[in-house]
Amino acid sequence: MAHEAEHTSHTALIWKVFIFLSIITLVEVVLGIYKPASLHLSSFLGTSPLNWIFLILTLVKAYGITWYFMHMIDEKKWFRRSIVWTSIFLLCYLTALLLIEGSYIDGIMSPYTKWDY
Amino acid sequence: MEATAAAAKELTWGGGKAKPFSASYGKMMIWFFIMSDALTFSGFIIAYGAMRFKFLETWPIADEVFTHIPFVHGNFPMLYVAFMTFVLIFSSVTMVLAVDAGHQMKKTKVAWYMFATIIGGAIFVGSQAWEWKTFINGSYGAVQMYDGKIIQFVDASGHQVTLDSFVVTHHKDREQHLANNGLWYAEEASLPIFTVAEVSEAFKRHPELSVRTEKINFDMKSKEILSRDASLKYLAEGKAVITGADLKVNEYGKNLFANFFFFITGFHGFHVFSGIVFNIIIFFNVILGNYERRGSYEMVEKVGLYWHFVDLVWVFVFTFFYLV
Repeated sequence: MAHEAEHTSHTALIWKVFIFLSIITLVEVVLGIYKPASLHLSSFLGTSPLNWIFLILTLVKAYGITWYFMHMIDEKKWFRRSIVWTSIFLLCYLTALLLIEGSYIDGIMSPYTKWDY
Repeated sequence: MEATAAAAKELTWGGGKAKPFSASYGKMMIWFFIMSDALTFSGFIIAYGAMRFKFLETWPIADEVFTHIPFVHGNFPMLYVAFMTFVLIFSSVTMVLAVDAGHQMKKTKVAWYMFATIIGGAIFVGSQAWEWKTFINGSYGAVQMYDGKIIQFVDASGHQVTLDSFVVTHHKDREQHLANNGLWYAEEASLPIFTVAEVSEAFKRHPELSVRTEKINFDMKSKEILSRDASLKYLAEGKAVITGADLKVNEYGKNLFANFFFFITGFHGFHVFSGIVFNIIIFFNVILGNYERRGSYEMVEKVGLYWHFVDLVWVFVFTFFYLV
C-alpha cells in the first residue's frame, strides 16, 4: 500500500495502460477482420490458433483493467486473492462442466439432424 | 484515505483503527459485489458457450451477423463493435483519471473527467441501441423451414442477397388480422413482406441463386451452399419468410443466438445505464463540493470500480460474441 504515493499523480502510467489496451484491441480487430487462413483454418489444442490468440489477449486485457484501472495492484495480497482466486476457481469449474456437457449433447444429437430433403 | 481516517473513525467497521486488509468498508463491499456480479455474467456467458457447443455445427457466424456501420452501406464486420470497445475503454481511462485527480483533491479536474466518462457511457449505450435496432431489422431476410432451420439466399459468388432484390410480390389475398378487423380480442403480428410461394417462384426464375444452409463446413469455416436441385428441395419445405431477429425467430440462424445476444448485451447495457446514473449522482456531488468537505474522494473511486467492471465485462462479451 502506497498511501504516500496516492497523492502523487499516476497519469503517465494510466496513459501507458490505455495505449497498451488499445494496441491489444487493435490487434484483435485486425485479426478478426482478416482472419489469416493459417491461423483460422488450422487446429491447435481443440480450437483454432486464432481463437487461442483471442482468448489470451482477452485475459491480458482483463488483467490490465483489473490491476491498473481498478487498482488491484494496490490492494493487500490476500484481499486480492480472495476476489481473484475465488472467481477464477468457480469460473474454471463451471466452464469445464458446461462445455463438456454441451459438446456431449452435440455428439449425441447431431447425427440425428436431417440435412437431405 | 489517511486524511479521512480520523474524521470517519466511528464509521469504519466500528472497531477502532483496525481495518481488515486496510480497505474501507465501502471499498471492500463494492469489490465483493463486483465479484458476485462477475459470477452472474460468467454464468450467462458460459451458458452461451454451452449452447454454442451443443449446436456447434449450425451456430451463426458473428462476422456475417454484425456487418453494419451507421450511414454507410456495405459489409463491414467488426468495425462498429471495435468503435464501441474503444469508447468504453476510453471512458474507463477518463474514470481512472478522475480517481487520480481525486487523490490529489483537485475538484475541477475530477468534475471534468467524470463528465467525460458520462458522455462516453452515453455514446456506448446509444451505439448499443443502434446495434440492437440493426439486428432486429435484419439485413437480407431468410426463409424458415417447417423443422425450424433457416435458409438464406446467395448469388453465384457466394454472397448473400436480399429478398427484396429478387422476389416480386403479388396481390395479397390475406390481410393482417388486427383487433378492429377481425376478432376483437385477438390480433397477429405484421405479415411478412413476401410469402414463401413468392420467394420460391422468384427463386426458380433466377438460376444464379442458391440456398445457403445453417450447416458449417469446418474445413472452410463457412456455411454450406447447396446445389440448385437441393436448394429447390429445401425451399419446398419453407414455412415462413423471416426478416430480422427477435426472441422467436432469427434470420441469421439459430434463434438461441439472438436470445443470448439480447439477454447478455441487454444485461450489460443495463449495467452501463445504471453506471451512468451512478456517475451522474457522483458528478453532482463533486460539483456541490460534498467530497471536498468530506476530505476524501473515495466515492469517486468506488463508482469508478463499478465502471471499470462494466468495461471488463464488455471485454469478454466482445470476445465471445464477436471474435471467437
